[in-house]
Amino acid sequence: MFLDVSDLCKSFPTATGRLDVLRGVSFGLQRGEALALTGESGSGKSTLMHLVGALDTPDSGHIRLDGQPVPGRDDRAAAALRRDRIGLVFQQFNLIPSLDAGANLAFQARLAGRHQAGRCAELAQALGLSDCLERYPEQLSGGQQQRVAIGRALAAGPDLLLADEPTGNLDEDSSETVLDLMLALARDTGAAVMMVTHSGRLAARLDRRLHLSHGKLA
Amino acid sequence: MTAPALGAILSHWRRAPGQLAALVLGLALATALWSAVQAINSEARANYARAAGMLGGSQLASLTAPTGPISTETFVRLRRAGWLVSPVLEGDLRVDGRRITVTGVDFLTLPSGGAGLQTGSGEGDPAPLLRGAVALAAPGTAEAVRGAGITGLPRLVPSQTVAPGTLLMDIGAAHELLGRPGEITRLTVLADQPVRRAPLEELAPNLRRVAPGAGMDPVQLTRSFHLNLAAFGLLSFAVGLFIVYGTIGLAFEQRRPLFRTLRALGLPLRSLLTLVLAELLALALLAGGIGLVLGYLVAAALLPDVAATLRGLYGAEVSGQLTFRPGWAAAGMGMAVGGTLVAAAQALWRTARLPVLAAAHPRAWALGTVRRLWSQGAAGGALLATAAALSVAGSGLITGFVLLGALLLGAALLLPPVLSLLVAVGRRAARGPVGQWFWADAQQQIPGLSMALMALLLALAANVGVGTMVASFRVTFLGWLDQRLAAELYVTVQDAAQADRLRRFLDGRARAVLPIWEVEGRIAGRPVAVNGMADDRTFRENWPLLDAAPGAWDRLADGTGILINEQLHYRSGLGVGDRVAPFDGWRPEIVGIYSDYGNPRGEAIAGNAKLTALFPAVEKTRFALRVPQRDTDGLRRALTEATGVPAAAVTDRAAVKAASVRVFDRTFAVTGALNILTLGVAALAILIAHATLAALRLPQLAPVWALGLTRRRLARLEVARTVALAAFTAVLALPVGLLLAWALLAVVNVQAFGWRLPMQVFPLDWLRLLGLAFMAAALAAAGPARRLARMTPARFLEVFANER
Repeated sequence: MFLDVSDLCKSFPTATGRLDVLRGVSFGLQRGEALALTGESGSGKSTLMHLVGALDTPDSGHIRLDGQPVPGRDDRAAAALRRDRIGLVFQQFNLIPSLDAGANLAFQARLAGRHQAGRCAELAQALGLSDCLERYPEQLSGGQQQRVAIGRALAAGPDLLLADEPTGNLDEDSSETVLDLMLALARDTGAAVMMVTHSGRLAARLDRRLHLSHGKLA
Repeated sequence: MTAPALGAILSHWRRAPGQLAALVLGLALATALWSAVQAINSEARANYARAAGMLGGSQLASLTAPTGPISTETFVRLRRAGWLVSPVLEGDLRVDGRRITVTGVDFLTLPSGGAGLQTGSGEGDPAPLLRGAVALAAPGTAEAVRGAGITGLPRLVPSQTVAPGTLLMDIGAAHELLGRPGEITRLTVLADQPVRRAPLEELAPNLRRVAPGAGMDPVQLTRSFHLNLAAFGLLSFAVGLFIVYGTIGLAFEQRRPLFRTLRALGLPLRSLLTLVLAELLALALLAGGIGLVLGYLVAAALLPDVAATLRGLYGAEVSGQLTFRPGWAAAGMGMAVGGTLVAAAQALWRTARLPVLAAAHPRAWALGTVRRLWSQGAAGGALLATAAALSVAGSGLITGFVLLGALLLGAALLLPPVLSLLVAVGRRAARGPVGQWFWADAQQQIPGLSMALMALLLALAANVGVGTMVASFRVTFLGWLDQRLAAELYVTVQDAAQADRLRRFLDGRARAVLPIWEVEGRIAGRPVAVNGMADDRTFRENWPLLDAAPGAWDRLADGTGILINEQLHYRSGLGVGDRVAPFDGWRPEIVGIYSDYGNPRGEAIAGNAKLTALFPAVEKTRFALRVPQRDTDGLRRALTEATGVPAAAVTDRAAVKAASVRVFDRTFAVTGALNILTLGVAALAILIAHATLAALRLPQLAPVWALGLTRRRLARLEVARTVALAAFTAVLALPVGLLLAWALLAVVNVQAFGWRLPMQVFPLDWLRLLGLAFMAAALAAAGPARRLARMTPARFLEVFANER
């Protein structure tokens, strides 16, 4: 199993005590497989993705990527894992506002030391961004920004692509286009995909679907 | 509607208490430094007014004798002839190294202006004062003199009407205390004189009438010093106002969506602006009040040094104790309110033009500022051009200060665009992705940090400028002292008999005995002290001349030439080759101009032989002795034993120099203190800018962290970015500071003090200052960076989290 998640628990403090967001979640993901994670608001989808992406640490349980445990509180090791093996796509795009689209697209690849100008150009071409690489994020439409974010996540050739509501801010047509592109490019690189979505229609287009409810897999 | 709207507007400060603290602190500090300077100035002016009003002050004419004291016989002769004159004896006492003026008056013939003195003592019975059993003094002076154990001193009674540094008593008591029986320094001429009285030329041909106000008016003399101080206060206020401008701008920007919502819900624009204005006024009054208290404390701490400065530079006496005066407090509050409104003007204007339906754009403020950078740069360039034009074509003290203001404001306005260009160069030179992001992000931070960096530039430039001026002055002053203090020993004798004993004793023991003496003369309508100088190689070889005619020393010796000091040269416009008439019947030519640092008065030097011929009766009581250096200690002991001159009346060169340097250093202590305070405010501005921007930074940093940079590295980069921007600012501040120093030395000092100093540079001082700037910037960035390094992933994740 490429990604192995077992008995994952996570809670957050609130004014009225601790809130259990994940309660013993376990699942696996094969290399090249695309998994949709659905569930109602507050079911723990984003939290699960943050834990898998080494952005946060679980209270208990294990996450293994390619047989290696995902680092917990070791900030340096977690940063290295995100940089070298994981691609992240956020709903709010989270591009770096001070860099133009070209620099944003190449950023993670350059950070990981795997930057190939040709590869970035191909991605830009495939994503329809060739004409706007010198524009800054604020000068791009929402769809264009999300495509830059996808390109950024894929440029370094990640083993695992994590997308949190990647089409949440886009209209229906744009959502379809962006999803198609993301899945096609991920397939080309052989990356496993885990995507959080509210949309059953989009989820149906992925290889497998997991539904979270009240912190547990339904 | 008003109450809930006001509640909503004020709720911002509950959510951003740090921003509120920054706003209040910035305004309080700005008000404090301004009020402190105003408090000091008004205290000094009140003291001058007391001194001027003490004996009829500058309203009454005087009779003086250029050659020495006036005899009691002359006074009696004038009174009998119908002249209504009142005798005054003035002399000095030394108390702990400080000069105390003893003023002896005849209270019975005193002009009516002095009548208030008796009541001012607080003692009902004036008899003890009239018979010399009591002396009046300002409270601080009375306390200092009482502790000195001076023999023959009448009982001291504190009086608010007597100027600081002065003991006022009956002339008989002053005769005894000073050991000068029967002497009169001057006669005050009462305003109402009988119509028929004998002419002065017949009764006392040796006396000269001095018009009211012709003497040393401390208000005029110290005007430049107080203007300097006020300019420094204004600079500090401006630096503080940068903080206020930054925080108000940010608070308005963050509340832009709230303002829109309130407008959409039906709050009229006029009501919104009224509420915001009321909020600003309340904050200004709160911060102004805190600033006044802080200002009073700062002024109280600085006043003793300012008093020492005024005493050392101008001979003006100012008490070291501060009194609360409503004038400066009201002015300080006015500045706080006015400054707040100026700082908020732009934000208010933009609020007034805020469209109700426009989408909220959280970065509009920063982006708008970027667009404004270039127009700001153009304004800065125009101001620098104005400064350049003034430096060539302008004259006068006010013009000098306008030049300084244009230079500093122009440089500050130009800073952000110049920084932007420098950062762009760094960005182009960067190789790796982190380096590229580092510079790109720095570019984005410039608008947010520009106010703090402008404040830093002003503070650093002021430090370099004023520091260079003071250090140049110090080096020049020390070199000048070494030249001027060419003699090994200086002796003051009490009378002619002691002077004779001294000369006999020194015959064969000293290489030269050079008398130092002076008489009062007039040049260009001003009273000047004319000093007699012996024709000796000591002076020919050592006396520094700024400009000289050929054969100047020979012409001085033969009585056809005279030297004037630099102050007189600048103030009167007289130069080498001009003829003057310091005394009736003698019209020498000016053959040289000499530097005379630290002397507020115009002064001239004439040949000893000529002056003795003009005033044969003048007693010479001060002498400079040229003796072999190795013999000074032995000779000093032998001299005091053989001639009866007290040991305290013989000083060597080193002691005179040390005392002069001590006075010099104390003189500029207040400048140093204001420099440090201004730099501190600038460092605080950076800290506040970081603290207020920290919340805005997180969405910019979280994606970089998510992509694989550790929190610790991000924190290090945050500090490095601030230090880099501060370093650029510091390097740019250096030329601005040097231009400021040049303007101070070549324009303002000449107008203010009457002397021009050669500018010298002190690279080690710059390095120290640069180091301080780096440290201040690093410290200011360290707090937010430390919080960033320790921030939990959960805080970063809030940026990405759409659920939970």
